[in-house]
Amino acid sequence: MQKFSTLKSIPAYLPIVNVDTDMIIPKQFLKTIKRTGLGKNLFFEMRYDDKGKEINEFILNKTPFNKSKILIAGKNFGCGSSREHAPWALLDFGITCVISSSFADIFHNNCFKNGILPIILNDDKIKELSEYANRKEEIFVDLNVEKVIYGNNEVRFKVDPFKKKCLLEGLDDIALSLNKSKKIENFEKDLKSQKPWIFND
Amino acid sequence: MPNTLYDKIWNDHLVDQQADGTALLFVDRHLVHEVTSPQAFEGLRNSNRKVRHPKLTLAVADHNVPTTDRSKGISDKESKIQVDTLEANCKEFGIKLFGMGDKRQGIVHIIGPEQGFTQPGTVIVCGDSHTATHGAFGSLAFGIGTSEVEHVLATQTLVQKKAKNFRINVEGKLPLGVTSKDVILQIIGKIGTAGGTGCVIEYAGDLIRSLSVEQRMTICNMTIEGGARAGLIAPDEKIFKYLEGKPMSPKGKNWENALEYWRNLKSDDGAKFDKEVNLKAEEILPMITWGTSPQDVITIDGKIPNPQNEKNEDKKNSLERALNYMGLKPNMAAKDIKIDKVFIGSCTNGRIEDLREAAKILKDKKIASHVHAMVVPGSGLVKEQAEQEGLDKIFVNSGFEWREPGCSMCLAMNADKLKPEERCASTSNRNFEGRQGRGGRTHLVSPGMAAAAAISGSLDDVRKYQN
Repeated sequence: MQKFSTLKSIPAYLPIVNVDTDMIIPKQFLKTIKRTGLGKNLFFEMRYDDKGKEINEFILNKTPFNKSKILIAGKNFGCGSSREHAPWALLDFGITCVISSSFADIFHNNCFKNGILPIILNDDKIKELSEYANRKEEIFVDLNVEKVIYGNNEVRFKVDPFKKKCLLEGLDDIALSLNKSKKIENFEKDLKSQKPWIFND
Repeated sequence: MPNTLYDKIWNDHLVDQQADGTALLFVDRHLVHEVTSPQAFEGLRNSNRKVRHPKLTLAVADHNVPTTDRSKGISDKESKIQVDTLEANCKEFGIKLFGMGDKRQGIVHIIGPEQGFTQPGTVIVCGDSHTATHGAFGSLAFGIGTSEVEHVLATQTLVQKKAKNFRINVEGKLPLGVTSKDVILQIIGKIGTAGGTGCVIEYAGDLIRSLSVEQRMTICNMTIEGGARAGLIAPDEKIFKYLEGKPMSPKGKNWENALEYWRNLKSDDGAKFDKEVNLKAEEILPMITWGTSPQDVITIDGKIPNPQNEKNEDKKNSLERALNYMGLKPNMAAKDIKIDKVFIGSCTNGRIEDLREAAKILKDKKIASHVHAMVVPGSGLVKEQAEQEGLDKIFVNSGFEWREPGCSMCLAMNADKLKPEERCASTSNRNFEGRQGRGGRTHLVSPGMAAAAAISGSLDDVRKYQN
């Protein structure tokens, strides 16, 4: 997994609440058997018209936001389907940080598995940061100290320590769990004796 | 200390607990489908890893399969690749698969219970957000992403943090014509789509206990629409009776032992819930959604909300956006909303009782001439059962199409989809923009309400057709 440490970018602001994963990447693009190449279809229905032409007014079609690495959006971002294609599409587009006042659980988890940092801030801070998007000014995200720095201001955010470590070091959490193989084996042994029906033995 | 049902299942599955609260949880049952698994299997191959417990894993193709004549296979090239890939992966890793030609094939959340793969007190995961359905059996069931699918395949565990305990009590009796779909829509309307974020919901109260196993599944299924990770209900004799004799249910001595364990699966008296909400069943009416989020609910007697009455600017904008997308005017009566299509099916409402409920309304009636309506049974076994009961004939005689099982127009990955601006009364679970097809307009309803809408040609009150 790609590491995440610090990031500087002009943020793009999408002032919509409950952005669902169907919006982020519609179902016709879930037929892929790959993780890559979904960036061009990110927010497909808002980004392109019926003929496939870019809709100029959509934020990610405008310069400089078509190069934004940070997306700021309304609350409950990433709700709905569990599709990991949503973070894959964001990543492929170049967005590695999403800021919202809340995230849906599965999407939030999926971000951390793909080197994307989801940041939760309160609505007032979201408003302040969105001004930077409107003015096309850069903001700076530093995961090490858990801060967003904008102009002469800064705001702290919180990240789960284990997830932070995985992001900073780009760790493969399957390998980490497999390091606990002995514990898994012991658990399975107990399970077989206490609940043999689980294994259908 | 008294524990909740969620606490008990959690504690019973702890493989490892880190000091920072991160836990490694054992997974008893893993359901796999074609859309969210190819990259996970690819990951296993690239790292030279195996599936740790193929026997605890069950696979089915459901999202992409055609619901019309299957004798010619899948004509959509990409869909075919995905379904073929699942087949090849299952073969390579030794996982049991219900292929497209198998009569046990169907929607992943319908076949799990049907086969007895779903069992009380287990941890069940699937790369699909509607995995919460299995919580109806008193299991901790939740959706995961593809990276997590790979993690479960490789380790039979999942890295998790404990969620909060949230209990929703529904007491009383439902009025005539009101179903568990209306109950869950009402709940989502009340708590909002983020109301359950970070929580596991336990549904309790005498109304919940009075529901059938299938009705409970409808409630747990849409838990994710309220933002919660999982929804569950303490298992009881109805659940045990349902599971007895199912192909993958425990047998003989195992059955006796399992039963003894299952009977203790309930929240202790005095267990602490972080959050609690109470509803009276008598006050729940037939519901519809009017907007583009499952929390946008009104009763069938209700009116479309007016953004002018909304003081909060963000909420007002979001109301206007939804009304604009849905092509609706403020203050319009729900019953004046004319529909073009009706879809009965999905993991929310594609089981036999759902089909019976709709067929009861449709018997000896014709659907409106401008309406195109279809029933997609949730599985091959549901289809077979319905045909034995003659329900297929009732549907066909009324003007419905009778299809092959799958996810179909719930998410419109196959050929079943809405055209732009087409309006559908749907028994599925999501009314998001574009969910049933680009520009398509979805109104979520119960199976009975979908049948009533098909007959009237507009959203209508199912109570009108009750005897």
